[in-house]
Amino acid sequence: MKFLSLIFGNLRRKKLRTALTVLSIIVAFVLFGYLGAIRAAFLAGIDVAGADRLITRNKVSLINLMPMAHLAEIERVEGVDMAAHNTWFGGIYQEPSNFFAQIVVEPEALLELFPEYVVSEEDQRRWLATRTGVLIGRGLAERFEWSVGDKVPIMNPLWSQQGGDPNWVFDVAAIYDGAEQGVDTSQMFIRFDFFDEARSGGQGLVGWYTVRIDDPDRAAEVAVAIDQVFANSPDETKTEPEGAFIQGFANQMGNIGFIITSIVGAVFFTILLVAGNTMAYSVRERINELAVLKAVGFTDGGVLGLVLGESLVITVIGGGIGLALAWLMVSAGDPTGGALPVFFIPLRDLLLGVLLIFVLAFIAGIFPARMAQRLQVADALRR
Amino acid sequence: MFRSITQIFQVTRFSIASLPRRLGSSLSAMLGIAGVVAVMVGVLSIAQGIMSTMKSSAGAANVIVLRSGADTEMTSGLGGDEARLITEAPGIARDGDQVIASRELFVMINLPKRSTGTDANVPVRGVEGQADRVREGFRLVEGRMFQPGLNEVIVGVGARREFQGAALGDTLAVGSEQWPVVGVFETGGGLAESEVWVDAPVLQDAFRRGNSFQSVHATLERPGAFTEFKDALTSDPRMNVKVQTEAEYYEGQSRLLYNLITGLGTLIALIMGLGAVFGALNTMYTAVSSRTREIATLRALGFRSGPVIVSVLSESLLLALLGGIVGAGLAWMAFDGFRGSTLNFSSFSAMTFAFDVNAPLLIQGIVFALLIGFFGGLFPAIKASRTPIAHALREL
Repeated sequence: MKFLSLIFGNLRRKKLRTALTVLSIIVAFVLFGYLGAIRAAFLAGIDVAGADRLITRNKVSLINLMPMAHLAEIERVEGVDMAAHNTWFGGIYQEPSNFFAQIVVEPEALLELFPEYVVSEEDQRRWLATRTGVLIGRGLAERFEWSVGDKVPIMNPLWSQQGGDPNWVFDVAAIYDGAEQGVDTSQMFIRFDFFDEARSGGQGLVGWYTVRIDDPDRAAEVAVAIDQVFANSPDETKTEPEGAFIQGFANQMGNIGFIITSIVGAVFFTILLVAGNTMAYSVRERINELAVLKAVGFTDGGVLGLVLGESLVITVIGGGIGLALAWLMVSAGDPTGGALPVFFIPLRDLLLGVLLIFVLAFIAGIFPARMAQRLQVADALRR
Repeated sequence: MFRSITQIFQVTRFSIASLPRRLGSSLSAMLGIAGVVAVMVGVLSIAQGIMSTMKSSAGAANVIVLRSGADTEMTSGLGGDEARLITEAPGIARDGDQVIASRELFVMINLPKRSTGTDANVPVRGVEGQADRVREGFRLVEGRMFQPGLNEVIVGVGARREFQGAALGDTLAVGSEQWPVVGVFETGGGLAESEVWVDAPVLQDAFRRGNSFQSVHATLERPGAFTEFKDALTSDPRMNVKVQTEAEYYEGQSRLLYNLITGLGTLIALIMGLGAVFGALNTMYTAVSSRTREIATLRALGFRSGPVIVSVLSESLLLALLGGIVGAGLAWMAFDGFRGSTLNFSSFSAMTFAFDVNAPLLIQGIVFALLIGFFGGLFPAIKASRTPIAHALREL
């Protein structure tokens, strides 16, 4: 306790310097938290991808459609529990910049395959009873302030209705929440029966299949078995685990993880210089005092602890406030106004942040602390 | 007036001469600012690179015609007859009886990225004979042009660099067909360098597109002919199309990505800059407090507070300038010309580009550093000039 009041006493001596150091540490941790959320947004879905789900798409590319008849053949493959087809709708709501994913699905199969989309009984019934109905994520609903019963007009250059009209109108029938943090709630699901009947061409063709397997450990084996079924057919397939599929998509955007880690590294290096230098300066300034402490009976270790303790107090205050501020900024919403599928600081990053607080405190404080520890009383007092 | 200018020079020389004594803290402030500038210039150079790729995609007198309502080639569709009518519109440049126009298809195939081994959506363009003349700067760097009607492809230099199996002599497997790569081309930067080109009828067959196309690219006789060309097409009742200059089209394609990266980069730079200001303030307050007696002595000798302020400020500006130059230089050495690839959000296909650290960006970085130096030095400077002389001399 006496120790702690000594530390606080020292920090209060040059209030301005302490405040500035704390402020620069706050900045570092705000950036750390915020960039963590941005990385999570770009890699959205990888952590929550179902280990028991595979994605089967056309081998040539995702834009090449496949016959719906593949479904029955996929379900016959050993190890496959169930499968469902999906089709990219790709329409525009008012402006192209209002982009969000619209996917055409079989409603019952979607609800069965994706337990992470939580839909109330009432909403489920309403969606199953409304042919033009869509299921939308909570994030999407909040972004455009849509609620159940609203009509949503969507222009689609890719799929027009019979007669050539590219304008579609859907009814918001149900809203889903994510069962856990990190579930993408920015999507819209359209009913296949309505879509297939209304579209002007391409009946019976679908985009890709989601396949649930019995045993996640056999994923690679089952994927190969599925692709073999369609080998040498006009529509060869490529099957991979859902996580790998999403990771592959993220990889295409560039090495977001690497870029963000580099930036965070540069930030911490910078702050380390500032904080470490300040600590060193304040120790040099107080050499006389530290010598007196030693003269009155403080051990070498005690003085070391005192200086490290100061460093720790500064970084804990700065880091704590910084992480809290980052949390508040992220909770206030994403910078694009809702275009990112998820926006939150993953728990893992928060824990890493706490760990970094201690690492930073140690590295910034250890050199001045060693200097204080090695101080010869007689020499120091003579200065 | 003259006296105060001499004073400024004397005091500034004095304070800068004493810089080496405070090497540690000065260096840390300088490196801090260098870090901020390097990150800012580095991130913004990605956005610049994407922008300049898009800009060099557009020929000055070039136009692109899509189906009305489509915002990218990917979502567009034009019937064969409709596309032919477009190439017959007035205003398109001619060479003899050939119009400089190409009806094109745009699809993607999957090829693994070299860097990660995971699949990427590689854009494949079906083109007609005049396509190379529509693209300014088109040049084959290896091999030869594909033969019309044959299953042969040529690849852009960006695609060859980024994707496995896209070099001269390799063969692309597209469904059940094998397409040998017979040439490699460049277009002086630009989006086309990320693409694979194949004869349009071959692609129509492979992707079961009948005789349909997705876009028409054409070169006009002169840029001024655009209105005439556009009016002729939009007033034609046989078609329903959207006519844009390539400049407009590519600008629209890159806007989303450019704004996202620039916005994010600026936000990060501002927050980091704030941190650097705190660091600089600390350094300068320390500098001033270690020179309290010196400054007080100068003032007792008759130096006014103005020159003292200027001397402290110029010290911090000098540190910031050095930091800015170091940071900008680091970013330039590390990132300029660095090759990357990303997903073109509009067409969901891969685009390759080079990070572009250009002069305006370097200047922007150094100006930002000077701003940090200014705010970091201002308050300590004012403090130095206000310290009561008698009190300061008694200190220490």
